[in-house]
Amino acid sequence: MRPKRRLTLKPDAVLHRAEGAVVVDLSGDWSAPNAHECEAEAAQVLAGVKERAAVTLNARGVARLDTLGAWVLSRLVHDLGEQGAPATITVTQPAHKILFEEVRYRPLPESHRTRQFLVPDMLADIGKVMVDAMKDLVNGIAFLGSFIAGCINVIMGRSRFRFASLVAQLERVGLRSVPIIVLISMLVGGIIAQQSVFQLQSFGTVSFVADLLGVLVLRELAVLLTSIMIAGRTGSSFTAELGSMKMREEIDALRTMGLDPIEILVVPRIVALLIGLPLLTFISSMAGLFGGGVVAMLYGGVSPEVFLSRLQNAIGINTFVVGMVKAPFMALVIGVIACIEGFAVSGSAESLGARTTASVVKSIFMVIVVDGLFAMFFASIRY
Amino acid sequence: MVVTEASTGDVARRAQVDAVIRVHDLEVRFGEKIILNGLNLDVRRGEILGFVGASGGGKSVLMRTILGLATKKRGKILVFDKDLDTLSVRRREAVERRWGVLFQHGALFSSQTVRQNIQMPMREYLTMSERLFDEMAALKIELVGLKPDAADKYPSELSGGMIKRAALARALALDPEILFLDEPTSGLDPIGAQEFDDLIATLQRTLGLTVFMVTHDLDSLSGVCDRIAALADGKVIAEGPIETMMASQHPWLRAYFHGSRARRGSLETGHFRSSLRRDD
Repeated sequence: MRPKRRLTLKPDAVLHRAEGAVVVDLSGDWSAPNAHECEAEAAQVLAGVKERAAVTLNARGVARLDTLGAWVLSRLVHDLGEQGAPATITVTQPAHKILFEEVRYRPLPESHRTRQFLVPDMLADIGKVMVDAMKDLVNGIAFLGSFIAGCINVIMGRSRFRFASLVAQLERVGLRSVPIIVLISMLVGGIIAQQSVFQLQSFGTVSFVADLLGVLVLRELAVLLTSIMIAGRTGSSFTAELGSMKMREEIDALRTMGLDPIEILVVPRIVALLIGLPLLTFISSMAGLFGGGVVAMLYGGVSPEVFLSRLQNAIGINTFVVGMVKAPFMALVIGVIACIEGFAVSGSAESLGARTTASVVKSIFMVIVVDGLFAMFFASIRY
Repeated sequence: MVVTEASTGDVARRAQVDAVIRVHDLEVRFGEKIILNGLNLDVRRGEILGFVGASGGGKSVLMRTILGLATKKRGKILVFDKDLDTLSVRRREAVERRWGVLFQHGALFSSQTVRQNIQMPMREYLTMSERLFDEMAALKIELVGLKPDAADKYPSELSGGMIKRAALARALALDPEILFLDEPTSGLDPIGAQEFDDLIATLQRTLGLTVFMVTHDLDSLSGVCDRIAALADGKVIAEGPIETMMASQHPWLRAYFHGSRARRGSLETGHFRSSLRRDD
């Protein structure tokens, strides 16, 4: 048996019958650690009293009594009464008397447990998700509007541009992301190159690896990798920061000072993203090409001279521009979603976590959707 | 150590006063800074002890050290005559179930409703029917004077006073013998603070609690506390009922109990409870 049980005496109830009356002698600890036993003893007494006779619960022998024990006993008195056996409790210890007075049985308000229905609940959930998605879209556009209004205020000189804040954000968004972006871009470039070389070997055209790599990395991979990385790294931290500021009423504090949280918190962050993401995309492109080139040389035996001259043939300025043009749009998508989710945090710690997750998931999803839209656009204008 | 509760209790009763918490020669440091320096304190069974001291003076540190949340450098803490340092994890848990703590800001779990907060320690430690779980939670909610509809609210939907009450209900969930209160009336308006004081006094009588209360509230000190202990320079400089405090010649105590707030509260004229109260 576990040691915590040994510290207490088991509650006990013994039934006696004398001259048409029933006496129940109670003993032991009627307290919280013995909750299960208390309930069981009380149920036994309730089942044991079959006749319609007066019942006396003798609580003189009770060693320890707390609110739980007192509740269970006074509930027993009530239940016996319902059964047609009017019951009373005799108590001698003054402390127990006070407890019984304070914890008298009365019907307590039922808890509102919502019942679950599988199919209707599922349909309701689907409906809710659709409505929420529409709301998200409207919120996003409204937020974008207030961001642009904030930017205009800053440009027109109606409110101060927070240069220090921008630089601080730029360092976090841009500079601190460089190592990880360079690393993953090089690795992914290398993997693409290795796969291309492997497939091209059977055609004897290994040097075309430069064509594949150049188009793929510059048009799609660099900007996608960077955006997804930034959505996870920076978007989540924006949401968490703004969310915890919201929780601690710091955002309300700003409002009461007549300051616009959008101008102070959102504009520097999104502007930093708008500057930082294209720069990172460029770095990512270069790192991807470099990684691919190294693998092409070591694994495919393509010399750097050949690689570079094929690259020059394969790509034009448009290949590079297609990738870079997308970057600011990705920045806007990530920044707006991260800030909206941050401001949507409510009081609980759970909501902060849920919003941060939502921010990252939505940004990555939207980044891919936007990339798809761009692909369709560039294909139709044949650029 | 296969002693029953009753026999350890007897040993304690034989040894001078019946203290449920004994702190002996306690030293606590944060880095080089000495917070508590050779502190001695007994908390007697069934009393409400008010613990006062300057802000940042180590009142909360003492409470946290007793609770095992802060580490000590030297000294001994006995709770129910058991040295918490030497107990096994299981036995320590058994002691921890016999105290309840009301943190200054409530420390309710924000992702759970008030009912779930109260039931959380019960569900961890006790076995009983679902019906009894619900009834016990409803009972505790009623005991602390909350409305029944507060049960299904989340902490972020509660006012400051309601948070304190809900947190008190959670502290009482396992029917503890010792109740630790960290500035229970801070952030409450004078009426709310008065009600809270009365609530604690009532609960103490009903449930036979021992209450250790860290407070700044002069009204609480004179109104509900049986004894007061004052902390300065890392030691308890005075111990006793409010009259002892008032009579003390220690400069800090004189400033505390005879300062303008205390005077405005007419501590000396005996109409203390009717007037101003510290509201920090």
